[in-house]
Amino acid sequence: MSEQSEMITDIEAPVYLQYNFTAGRAPSKFLSRLKQGELTGQRCPQCANVYIPPRGSCPACGVPTEEEVLLSDKATVQSFTIVAIPIPNNPIEPPYVVANLVADGANISFIHLLSDCVNEEVHIGQRVQAVWKPEEEWDYAMDNIRYFKPLDEPDVPVDRIGSVPYEGLPESWEE
Amino acid sequence: MKDIAIVAFSQSDCLAQAGVANEVELIMPQLRAVYDQVGINNAQDVDFVCSGSCDYLQGAAFAFVAGVDALGAVPPIKESHVEMDAAWALFESIMKIRMDQADSALIYGFSKSSPGELPIVLSQQLDPYYLAPLWVDYISLNAMQARLMLEQGVISERDMAEVVARSRNNALANPHALLKGEQTADDILAEETYLSPLRRSDCSPISDGASAMIICTPEKAREWGVPYALITGIDHRMETHNLGMRDLTDSVSTRKAAEAAGVAGGSIDIAELYAPFSHQEIILSRALGLDDNTKVNLSGGVLAGNLMMASGLSRIGEVFNRIVAGEAQRGVAHATSGACLQHNMVTVLEAV
Repeated sequence: MSEQSEMITDIEAPVYLQYNFTAGRAPSKFLSRLKQGELTGQRCPQCANVYIPPRGSCPACGVPTEEEVLLSDKATVQSFTIVAIPIPNNPIEPPYVVANLVADGANISFIHLLSDCVNEEVHIGQRVQAVWKPEEEWDYAMDNIRYFKPLDEPDVPVDRIGSVPYEGLPESWEE
Repeated sequence: MKDIAIVAFSQSDCLAQAGVANEVELIMPQLRAVYDQVGINNAQDVDFVCSGSCDYLQGAAFAFVAGVDALGAVPPIKESHVEMDAAWALFESIMKIRMDQADSALIYGFSKSSPGELPIVLSQQLDPYYLAPLWVDYISLNAMQARLMLEQGVISERDMAEVVARSRNNALANPHALLKGEQTADDILAEETYLSPLRRSDCSPISDGASAMIICTPEKAREWGVPYALITGIDHRMETHNLGMRDLTDSVSTRKAAEAAGVAGGSIDIAELYAPFSHQEIILSRALGLDDNTKVNLSGGVLAGNLMMASGLSRIGEVFNRIVAGEAQRGVAHATSGACLQHNMVTVLEAV
């Protein structure tokens, strides 16, 4: 056969599926408290680590987590990056700082934005606090917190990040 | 080849809607149950873990990864996943043991299929060029299969209704069943048609839940000191995705898998068949060569509750439960995947 057919490189077959998504028991509690302006985590009954956001299990121990723990909106920078390029569909103007933060009272970090800061001066161990949206705008969402901004507090030593109690920095670190 | 022993099995209730619970919250109680059955702490105490689930069901990419949160994977464990029913996760685990890379394995399957429109979601497992863009729903395809069987006279609507009635009555003794009741074939036949010729009762109900199993070598089972059943044969075969090329009134793949698994090598006391639609139980019984000496779907089967991605594993678990309870010596479990019984697995279990 000499006749050559046109090469078909793609077909359009859009997929639309609708779901009634549910977050889970533990995440739902977390989101409900977040709507009231509170950060909460769950403590593992085995290793005592406090997770935020909680998922109903300790992934390290493989046991259910039930104890709910109120967390501070003060946190410590565990790691960070300065985003210098625009990310498609992200409305935030670069350069901006994305950080791994550990809330006081928690042991596991979560990700949020750092702002109101000199980007070049952001560092691991830095103390920060949440800047919340006005209360009337609170929803079941992490962006109830606009961003975290630096606090005028001493740095947390690297090996102590993840062990700051709910009450905040101790007068001295126990040996 | 290494023998494979099943030492533990647990299945959740089949819930029409698991509510707010997420997948991890559905899985954890079943994992705890199988750990307790063999007296171990967590997934660190087995050599291999394999799960079965499908991200399309909950509508979240990489939802299966979240399932690992249930395991206790610190320090790291050997873990794998199949985007299939967990019966195939069992198959992978058996391979792992037979390749001498493990002596024990934990298998679990889970899904929340209630959040989406399951018959439409399942249309996306069809061939992507011709069938998936047509959005032919899962029930319609299976209804066409039933129609073909009725028109050819290989079954009657009463045959189908009898399958349903038996499922409803058997399920009375199954605490995890969603649909159960003292119904007769006449009660079923009195129902109106849903997608003709299927009545709603001919279709397995949408259910949320999970199941889990532990397998190992017989040596390990004796070390743990727990009762076990042996898997003496397992095989799976798949047919073309082109429905027009298949004889939908038969299940050639089940027949071949049954031969390879050695189903005919002895009498079969019980069979658990994954027949999501009533007419398919008849196709499967015939393909497996079952006669009146075999009690089929004593659990009620999946017409009583169908945990997508776990029901296949649960069929094997149901046979295991009855063998270790001394109710049967030898049994067959069947698992399926795809439209109109496209892909079938047959497992033979025997008492020690």
